[in-house]
Amino acid sequence: MTYIPHSLHERDTMLETIGVKSLEDLFKDVPKKNRFPTLHLPAALTEMEAAAELGELSLVNENVRTDLVCFLGAGAYNHYIPAAVDHILQRSEFYTAYTPYQPEISQGTLQSIFEYQSLITALTGMEVSNASHYDGATAVAEAVGLANAHFHGKRKKVVLSPAVHPQYRLTLRTYVQNMQIELAGDNPVAVNDEWFSESSPERLIPLIDAETSLVVVQYPDFFGRIYDYAQLIESAHQMGALVCVAANPIALGLLKTPGEMGADIVVGEGQPLGIPLSYGGPYLGFFTTRKQFIHKMAGRLVGETVDTRGQRAYVLTLTAREQHIKRERATSNICTNEGLLALAAAVYLSLLGPIGLRQVADLCYSKAHYTAEKISRLPGYSLCSDAPFFHEFPVCCPSPVAEINAHLLDHGFLGGYDLGQDYPALKNHMLLAVTEMNTREEIDALVEVLAEVAHA
Amino acid sequence: MPDATAITMEPNIYELSSPGRTGVTYPAPDVPHADPPGNLLRKELPLPELAEVDVIRHYVKLSKYNYSVDDGFYPLGSCTMKYNPKINENTARLPGFLYTHPLQPVETVQGNLVLMYQLQEWLKEITGFTAMTLQPAAGAHGEFTGVLMMRAYHNARGDTKRTKMLIPDSAHGTNPASSAMSNLEVVQIPSDARGNVDLAALKAACDETVVGLMLTNPNTLGLFDEHLEEIIQTIHACGGLVYGDGANLNALLGIVRPGELGFDVMHINLHKTFSTPHGGGGPGSGPVGASEKLADFLPGPIVGVVEEGHDDVPASFGFIHPAKSIGRVKAFNGHFGMFVRAYTYIAMHGAEGLRQVAEYAVLNANYVRICLDKTYTVPFDRICMHEFVAEGQWEAAPGIRALDVAKRLMDYDFHPPTNYFPLIVHEALMIEPTETENKDTLDSFVKALLKIAEEARSQPVLLKEAPHKTPFGRMDEVKAARELVLCCWLPEDYASHS
Repeated sequence: MTYIPHSLHERDTMLETIGVKSLEDLFKDVPKKNRFPTLHLPAALTEMEAAAELGELSLVNENVRTDLVCFLGAGAYNHYIPAAVDHILQRSEFYTAYTPYQPEISQGTLQSIFEYQSLITALTGMEVSNASHYDGATAVAEAVGLANAHFHGKRKKVVLSPAVHPQYRLTLRTYVQNMQIELAGDNPVAVNDEWFSESSPERLIPLIDAETSLVVVQYPDFFGRIYDYAQLIESAHQMGALVCVAANPIALGLLKTPGEMGADIVVGEGQPLGIPLSYGGPYLGFFTTRKQFIHKMAGRLVGETVDTRGQRAYVLTLTAREQHIKRERATSNICTNEGLLALAAAVYLSLLGPIGLRQVADLCYSKAHYTAEKISRLPGYSLCSDAPFFHEFPVCCPSPVAEINAHLLDHGFLGGYDLGQDYPALKNHMLLAVTEMNTREEIDALVEVLAEVAHA
Repeated sequence: MPDATAITMEPNIYELSSPGRTGVTYPAPDVPHADPPGNLLRKELPLPELAEVDVIRHYVKLSKYNYSVDDGFYPLGSCTMKYNPKINENTARLPGFLYTHPLQPVETVQGNLVLMYQLQEWLKEITGFTAMTLQPAAGAHGEFTGVLMMRAYHNARGDTKRTKMLIPDSAHGTNPASSAMSNLEVVQIPSDARGNVDLAALKAACDETVVGLMLTNPNTLGLFDEHLEEIIQTIHACGGLVYGDGANLNALLGIVRPGELGFDVMHINLHKTFSTPHGGGGPGSGPVGASEKLADFLPGPIVGVVEEGHDDVPASFGFIHPAKSIGRVKAFNGHFGMFVRAYTYIAMHGAEGLRQVAEYAVLNANYVRICLDKTYTVPFDRICMHEFVAEGQWEAAPGIRALDVAKRLMDYDFHPPTNYFPLIVHEALMIEPTETENKDTLDSFVKALLKIAEEARSQPVLLKEAPHKTPFGRMDEVKAARELVLCCWLPEDYASHS
């Protein structure tokens, strides 16, 4: 079925007004030999049939609510989403509007983005937030764009920690492939057991020089470890370089903010803030910085003002930074961003408040530490790192991770991330994530199955 | 500084806060409590404190200040604000889709992979391209992807002196911005008197330093270029590639396949053409199609058949990395939730339905154009595709601008068209009705615009001070940019909030 409302009579009246005989006559500018191709698509379905077909397709999957117990994270996390979040997102006044170009009739979107900006700056300890980027990976890549614009392209080196999410590092590489930028430090081959025992953020300091525009680290890092980056940031600043920290927003419910450590740019994946896993997207890239860098920041920005009636109101501001005005001189080409997911994050943070968010962070922390402690006592298993961690940690396993995960899957568990995929020296290393969704029973059961594998 | 005298319609979320409230409670810990090292703890967490009902009422109140497609006609040119079918929202929220992790083993998510594979195949069939990636997050992201692929193609052939991208002056701002992000020099090509690309200027710009041309077709005037084949041949003849900006694909469904016309690479906006909602500014989704020449350069991974099916055993799907891939353009698998919606839409339309979408979108645009072109100047007044551009100015109404017409339209309960774009039309009003609207709606819209044209002469102040009937009046944009209040608290207070 289609959603086209015209009756045949209306169609004919309109054609007559236009002065053409048929719908076909409207397409005479299209090269005749290519006009009206036959599309080989399945026969159209009714809504009832489509609902059934999609329902069946969805049941082919195993999901982490009814089929599998999830201990997989690695950048996408299984958190509880309060019902109220999706009820607000399903207000069609929000989801069927577009970019608030006409502020008089878009104050709902504008005020909610303004509040999102406020909540995200509060969470990260930064001064300004934009209205969003596509995801955590592209937000990191855009941080390179900011630094590059800040130094007018004169500093050509970016120091990238190998403990930043592998897919973020790959995305960054794609973004800068034509920019003649040297990437230092991004050497996943060197990440081995010894690296774990010796690594600290300060190891990046010797790589930072007067050519360096940006240093990129993650917090907690890809392995779940938490470090105070203050000393690294201070050293980078001594060289005149900027520092970008990619942070997990749930961890910031508990942990010292990157803002407090002196970071210049704090970005991250906002998915944990009330956004469903949805097989990887759509998610939310958040992007915050200091006021001094605001003119080099990409993306939309909402500011407070008043209208002609003296009412407090909100508008898109500093739009002269953006592509539709600046075209090839803009810092970025971003236009459509993740508006509705920014709203999800704003509603989530408003519902949880400081009490709720701290509770979630505490539950993640305590449950992850309980899990790690139990696994560390299993024969054949050990924790790869003794650094403090938040809700994710690498485990050195007695056999290949793929084998263990296959066994876990048979028992209804979605096991951890196989680190050997990205770090060749970390074969048999599994990254496990634990959230408030995991009960003690589930954790104990996981540990039992892991023990079975060791004995097998 | 924020205006102390300003009237507050709805307090902000921080003003609604009261200490000790929370909208969610969590189960007590069932494991021993653990604490991070003290030096890693944050001192304060300055988030607002509200009960669930406070949060709901606040955002419901805010929602009522929005105008949306579900409120009425939203003819925002180049944005294809068509109706977003409700079933799409249901299918995207099926638990079997919604609660799958992007890194699950492929054997546990064959449903997702079948859906993605099928969508890739359908989009290939609709656009005539050889290969398709679903990864890019939005149109501009797809453009950047395409530009990187074009550059990589030339580089892989050792043809490294190509550094120029040709872009018509009617193009979206994202085209030059995407090229600049790939470190290319942008050369602007003018339009001719009929709204086509100026062929002579294009030919003069073509040489062995050209990466290619970024072409929106139909262009942002809503016109299908009358010399399209010659343009594409010209670019190919100098060794360049042609990028298709698929923002206006809605006019072409079942009408023509861009891949067959010779485009080498093109993005598709699922949030325009295939009805996934615009979300107040995203999420979008920008799949990219490639010709045989460019297929190997697509970002990876894309979904493919990893084991053919036989008898009763279904085929098995997994991820495949194109041989010369430019790399990933984002984390994970693209905007999967948008794929489910677009899949639902295409499955329900079939070939015939999709062609009707294009036909009726073009019918509606031409109907509105004919009804208005005696009153509003339409600079390139010929059969248009899905949209057209009129001027919001008259000699007889000095001082009236497109902006005033746009604002006055709100009093008649319509969302204004895009204004001041494309840049080559003075006081542009870019009108895209889409196939969604019936004749009655279009007639009322035309009536309102004709009335406004009359008011522009007889009562210009009505336009100058418009809108009158909306909850908010025009904004002081200078104040916003000068004071830069970007948070619920004052800039001076930043320190105490971090």
